[in-house]
Amino acid sequence: MTYTASMRVWRGDDEGGELVDYEVEVNEGEVVLDIVHRLQATQAGDLAVRWNCKAGKCGSCSAEINGKPRLMCLTRMNTFGEDEVVTITPLRAFPVIRDLVTDVSFNYEKAREVPSFTPPVGLEPGDYRMTQVDVSRSQEFRKCIECFLCQNTCHAIRDHEENKKEFAGPRFLMRVAELDMHPLDTLDRKELAQDELGLGYCNITKCCTEVCPEHIKITDNALIPLKERVADVKYDPIRWLGSKIRKRDGL
Amino acid sequence: MSEIERHSYDVVIIGAGGAGLRAAIEARSHGLRTAIITKSLFGKAHTVMAEGGIAASMGNVNSNDGWQVHYRDTMRGGKFLNHYRMAELHAKESPDRVWELEAWGALFDRTADGKISQRNFGGHEYPRLAHVGDRTGLELIRTLQQKIVSLQQDDFKEFGDYEARIRVFAECAITDLFFEGEGDGRRVAGAFGYWRETGNFLAFEAPAVVIATGGIGKSFKVTSNSWEYTGDGHALALRSGSTLVNMEFVQFHPTGMVWPPSVKGILVTESVRGDGGVLTNSEGRRFMFDYIPDVFKAQYAETEEEGDRWYTDPENNRRPPELLPRDEVARAINSEVKAGRGSPHGGVFLDVSKRLPADVIKAKLPSMWHQFKELADVDITLEPMEVGPTCHYVMGGVEVEPDTGAAARVPGLFAAGEAAGGMHGSNRLGGNSLSDLLVFGRRAGLGAALYAQAVASETGAGRPALPDAVVEAAAAKALEPFSRQGGENAFTIQRDLQQVMNDLVGIIRTETELVDAIASLAGFRERVAQVTVEGGRVFNPGWHLALDLPNLLTVSECIAGAALVRQESRGGHTREDFPGMNPEWRRFNLICELVDGNVGVYKQDLPTMPDDLISLFEVAELKKYLTEDEISRLPEGIQR
Repeated sequence: MTYTASMRVWRGDDEGGELVDYEVEVNEGEVVLDIVHRLQATQAGDLAVRWNCKAGKCGSCSAEINGKPRLMCLTRMNTFGEDEVVTITPLRAFPVIRDLVTDVSFNYEKAREVPSFTPPVGLEPGDYRMTQVDVSRSQEFRKCIECFLCQNTCHAIRDHEENKKEFAGPRFLMRVAELDMHPLDTLDRKELAQDELGLGYCNITKCCTEVCPEHIKITDNALIPLKERVADVKYDPIRWLGSKIRKRDGL
Repeated sequence: MSEIERHSYDVVIIGAGGAGLRAAIEARSHGLRTAIITKSLFGKAHTVMAEGGIAASMGNVNSNDGWQVHYRDTMRGGKFLNHYRMAELHAKESPDRVWELEAWGALFDRTADGKISQRNFGGHEYPRLAHVGDRTGLELIRTLQQKIVSLQQDDFKEFGDYEARIRVFAECAITDLFFEGEGDGRRVAGAFGYWRETGNFLAFEAPAVVIATGGIGKSFKVTSNSWEYTGDGHALALRSGSTLVNMEFVQFHPTGMVWPPSVKGILVTESVRGDGGVLTNSEGRRFMFDYIPDVFKAQYAETEEEGDRWYTDPENNRRPPELLPRDEVARAINSEVKAGRGSPHGGVFLDVSKRLPADVIKAKLPSMWHQFKELADVDITLEPMEVGPTCHYVMGGVEVEPDTGAAARVPGLFAAGEAAGGMHGSNRLGGNSLSDLLVFGRRAGLGAALYAQAVASETGAGRPALPDAVVEAAAAKALEPFSRQGGENAFTIQRDLQQVMNDLVGIIRTETELVDAIASLAGFRERVAQVTVEGGRVFNPGWHLALDLPNLLTVSECIAGAALVRQESRGGHTREDFPGMNPEWRRFNLICELVDGNVGVYKQDLPTMPDDLISLFEVAELKKYLTEDEISRLPEGIQR
């Protein structure tokens, strides 16, 4: 059961780095994160890696394994051949801090740009009534563990650093969809999604859905419906006119 | 030495799990400048691991529920060692704390009439746990995280700065607390820490510090806890001169994964049993029926038929013994395995596949289905899981004043959540942790806010001054592991320490083993003092662990020390040489303190439950727990 694997791990910092080869023991049932921990304990005590729960619940140990954005704790070593070299590199869309750890603060800044849940005025805690079928849609999106693999893989971010200012990425557009589908939220964020958060940058290639470890259908269930709702508001001539008139009243 | 960042806050909260975030919301809502410090990224706290739910007697599923029933269940679960006032506040305030989450955007699973659904759990008389599938902790942490973001958005509108009144210091660890004054006037003045990302130091000037650092699970080899759980807050409080209570009580969750080895210890939620999962041994026997202790005989089914009927008709049947409190189930599994009736990989079988259809399992237990599929190649809709006990939670923690969370002996120091002790007595019921975080997180945040305001009015709003020499000494101490040569690396020492605790201070304890453990732990002092670190200060996990190790060792010494003194078995403390519960021992808490750098343990009287609370029980039940003398002094009017 035990064998020696060839691992290639990116070591370095914000000034540069390189892939370093290691030979390391692998036992039955182990995942990539176990191997990284064994490297820390035996060969590279200062190897930087983020992790917490080791059970796919916290979304900390995101990295790219043989080029694919994955959680290290959910990637089993037996999905690779014993003679296959397994390469681990940090998330490419975010600046490297050291080794496998990247600066993901971009995501926390974007989170602040989505206006929070806004319940109806006068609805007291304890008086909320919602049906299961109505909450289920948003609940799917609240399964998100904020591993940021979707943000990392989305080509609008990954290949276009310049978009980061205008594009919040799938995770936070999904947050807008979540609030938009919340049965009791009262705030309309559709124009904001289009104008401030860059919904138009998404061209529904579904890369985000593909890498989501929670198997959330980000594109089909969040982004496309959000685009449809935005289109209803922005491109329906009567609603467009209505929105202009209301705005004028507000002046 | 590089520049040390200085920050000034009214309240510094160490820990960003449920208790820390709830405390921060409360302090900030009182207008105070609040810092939240977390070793991990914002939103990754151990609270996300909580699966089953939040216990609160809202009565949405069974209207017979109420705070008195919840109070009784909590005291029974803790074997009457709980601090009565904490259990009372917890039972009374949990519903408000859950409803408040909903107003902040949480989306719980619903009942048919649109209320928050509540599920059954071990030790709870009625369906009581508000839940979101089996990822309730994630919902709780995300809701609190998003509430904090909304407060930051408010501040941005008012001041043009998101962080004007509340800032999260992510990937930042606290190594020391600062104090000012002498004798009776000695009080908290701030905290010292480092950024994990850069290795640079920072000093906080603050009159009030809230410890919300969670638990100590990393003292043990098999644990459901993450790397963060090194008892930092417990050790900080102890080193500050405060005290810890109930440290001998460690909860081994009965159902952790046992195979493959790399996932050994990862939690399997109690909801599996709450939703109908049964435990069987290698002979196919539902062995829990053999392990119902006398104190619980009245409340649990005696036959499989009755237990099975309870799921659909709880009014006329008693619950199955799979739903006994966690300490009972963990000990039972341990005994079955020792008797040679275990599963192939040293656990027992937990099966829900024969009880529920596949689609229901996937809807009710999605993360469990996912976890076993991905990590163990087991499809829980088709086959049983293999499970065994795993170190999950410490009942012991900082000794606090129940209403305010103020830590014993040290003005300005507060504690809440798993880091605080007393609430759960000798054993915590499932679901009572998330509610504990919210109830006492809020109270500690409020306690710290009122204290900081009082200090400000007394000193004219000036914050404590931290002399450079004190700050530089803290920095020098943190850098020591780099300057040493030839010591061991931190990972090796931690692994050996975990082995000692697992072998000698685990689920079943004896005097000889505890004495061995204490001697062995003493030997670790020198090893920890000589730990050596390779590499630099930028995000260096070896260094980070080297700084956590003294904390881990201190809490391990507390657990072993208190476990040796308590000569009885109760809740999360089982002594093979003193197998029964002893009413004489119920009258005492064990308190740990640090005397000249050594852990001392002494007995302290348990606070006396007032008449209105003790009257909630019948004498017949109290006789199982109280001494004859205590029974003779029970108030008039109690049901005899």
